[in-house]
Amino acid sequence: MDFNNSPKIDQVGIEERVARFNTRSIKKQSKVQALKLALNMIDLTTLEGKDTEGKVIQMCYKAMHPADDLKDLPTVAAVCVYPNFVKTAKKALGNSGVKVASVATAFPSGNSTLDIKLSDTKLAVDDGADEVDMVISRGEFLKGNYNFVYDEIAAIKNACGKARLKVILETGELSTLDNVRKASDIAIAAGADFIKTSTGKIQPAATMPVTLVMLQAINDHYLKTGQMIGMKPAGGISTAKVALQYLVMVHETLGNKWLNNEWFRFGASSLANDIILQLGKEQKGVYYSKDYISND
Amino acid sequence: MTKENKTEFFTDWTYAPSPESTDHIKLNKQYDLFINGKFVKPNSKKYFSTINPATEEKLAEVALADEKDVDAAVNAAKNAYDKVWKKMPAAERGKYIFRIARLLQERAREFAVIESLNGGKPIRESRDVDVPLAANHFFYYAGWADKLEYAFPNKKPQSLGVAGQIIPWNFPLLMAAWKIAPALATGNTVVLKPAETTPLTALKLAELIRDSGLPDGVVNIVTGFGNTGAAIVNHPKVNKIAFTGSTDVGKIIQKSIAGTNKKVTLELGGKAANIIFDDAPIDQAVEGIINGIFFNQGHVCCAGSRLFVQENVADVVIAKLKQRLETLIVGNPLDKNTDIGAINSREQLQKINDYIKIGIDEGAEMYQSSCNIPAKGFFCKPTLFLHTSQSHRIVQEEIFGPVLAIQTFRTIEEVIEKANNIPYGLSAGVWTDKGSKIFNLTTKLRAGVVWANTYNKFDPASPFGGYKESGFGREGGLHGLMPYLQF
Repeated sequence: MDFNNSPKIDQVGIEERVARFNTRSIKKQSKVQALKLALNMIDLTTLEGKDTEGKVIQMCYKAMHPADDLKDLPTVAAVCVYPNFVKTAKKALGNSGVKVASVATAFPSGNSTLDIKLSDTKLAVDDGADEVDMVISRGEFLKGNYNFVYDEIAAIKNACGKARLKVILETGELSTLDNVRKASDIAIAAGADFIKTSTGKIQPAATMPVTLVMLQAINDHYLKTGQMIGMKPAGGISTAKVALQYLVMVHETLGNKWLNNEWFRFGASSLANDIILQLGKEQKGVYYSKDYISND
Repeated sequence: MTKENKTEFFTDWTYAPSPESTDHIKLNKQYDLFINGKFVKPNSKKYFSTINPATEEKLAEVALADEKDVDAAVNAAKNAYDKVWKKMPAAERGKYIFRIARLLQERAREFAVIESLNGGKPIRESRDVDVPLAANHFFYYAGWADKLEYAFPNKKPQSLGVAGQIIPWNFPLLMAAWKIAPALATGNTVVLKPAETTPLTALKLAELIRDSGLPDGVVNIVTGFGNTGAAIVNHPKVNKIAFTGSTDVGKIIQKSIAGTNKKVTLELGGKAANIIFDDAPIDQAVEGIINGIFFNQGHVCCAGSRLFVQENVADVVIAKLKQRLETLIVGNPLDKNTDIGAINSREQLQKINDYIKIGIDEGAEMYQSSCNIPAKGFFCKPTLFLHTSQSHRIVQEEIFGPVLAIQTFRTIEEVIEKANNIPYGLSAGVWTDKGSKIFNLTTKLRAGVVWANTYNKFDPASPFGGYKESGFGREGGLHGLMPYLQF
């Protein structure tokens, strides 16, 4: 496949489109509905060197019970952990329906051999991960070695079995929106179930312009083949207001079919609490201190 | 105890209504003529109604100026020119214009709401485009007031006298600003007639100008229909005519001033080509097409109403256009989420619907958004016509509504020929990733403005105006000063 033929991206046009999404005014019932939806789309994430079983278990409880003092709250979509915590998370989540996602493939740099990446993936899948978040080899991509990137994704996809594969492009290292588009096309062609912006370890992480370019790649694939691909912006989305702006963007780019956690996720840790704060305000009528909301 | 990981609560998402409040708006029941710094009753003793096109409800009654009223306004302007404005140091003139600009910014929200109430345009546009841009025009030309000698070195620029200005209904406040700001900056005085369907923001501007302390008679605003405009054009003490509107009326004006030494600028109709090459950034081009034709319900003289798509990408562009059409929100202009508001008047809606019928009768394939439009008020669904050709009337004639005629092309030579094969020449758009192609086209397209990889961008510093039957003279920028000066 010739990925040099990916559609060109005009950055100014993308930014103008994003600015227009951000003027949408989301009020009343549509706001409450969207806040619950956003909460339900979160991959609650801990990816730190200092993670422990205890911390993962506590986060899993939060994933299932975001705020039990509020009515009609959904759970989050998934928890996202390193491979060695998959077993712990799986057990903690039980049959709650909250999925376990594991990063793999020498996360976050992706600098290792294919063998290591495959065994990393297999470890996560064998331990019960429902979803695998892999990283692409950005160095090879920037070298123009697109087939290498493609083959690697295809191999990991194969190793995933039934687990859904999210492909992290690490857009903060790709430099241009043209590259973001190209990398999206490669990932989709190689079998990604989801494409994801960032590891969260590199700045800038998810931005709306980058996400829009990826949504348009998904749309083009859908128009051509009828096959849906999921989208996950990750890192940097920490407020409910911004989350709603993302939902507006998905709504007006891909439509309501994508507005569920089957096809759209937020990779975030602090977003959940801001959404809880906003929903709490809707239910209780006043904003209250963040000290009322658990930090797990 | 676990909760279900449910998604079914979310099956459909629509935006709840988010209407801009109108509580802070004060509209009089009746508006008089603004002559010599005061609101005065019309000699005709007649008033006409102005309505909200989205609800068909009456907003106010507005005075009808007859020839005697126009005569009074022109005399006031002439008097103010001779006794005050001509003699005032240019820097002082500039201060007044700066003050108008600042007052407009301070009252931006009020002006935006009234513009949407009276004209039908979405509040998103009046708030984000019309009003800020109008203020920017005053700021921009205020700065030129005392620098005319630098703008035209060794040419001794002199003002003309009284400028008669007639403006259309599509950008009522913005067009008033485009006309008044350069006229004042160059030392002329003004008699302005807003369009009969949209007089309210011009009258509000009259109040603002009165409050600004601008000397009496420097700006006079008279309301009425075509006869009022004709009285301005034919008045012997008017030295300069600036008209924005239809090509038909432009021709009448030119005939009636033949043999006089009145200067004139005409900004008339258009039927712009928006050209999409196969190497264009397609998604952004689609956005540009949408913006080009549906901005202000297509009531834009530079609207990109003729789309040319290179044949090898036509299918994908049209598929995406149809997809994008579904996300356009048509309805209450005051709702902050509305993309397409009301058609300006019953007459205009009738004209658009007539053209849609002509298009269907000509055998073009019509495609409309599946949106619902309000039962009351003047609304039109965003409309595409596929498989059109140069010979179709919907391709040749200006519709001035949300109707896009789509043609395909194969080579650069072909598209240049087709783009230029029209009596108009106001604007054009070019979409390609290749810079050399852009420059090739900008030199060959006979259009006053050519946008590359964008559309409908306006800036006070940038001149605007047409070729051929789109008129002559330029507004905006340094060029916009020239029609108000003699050298």
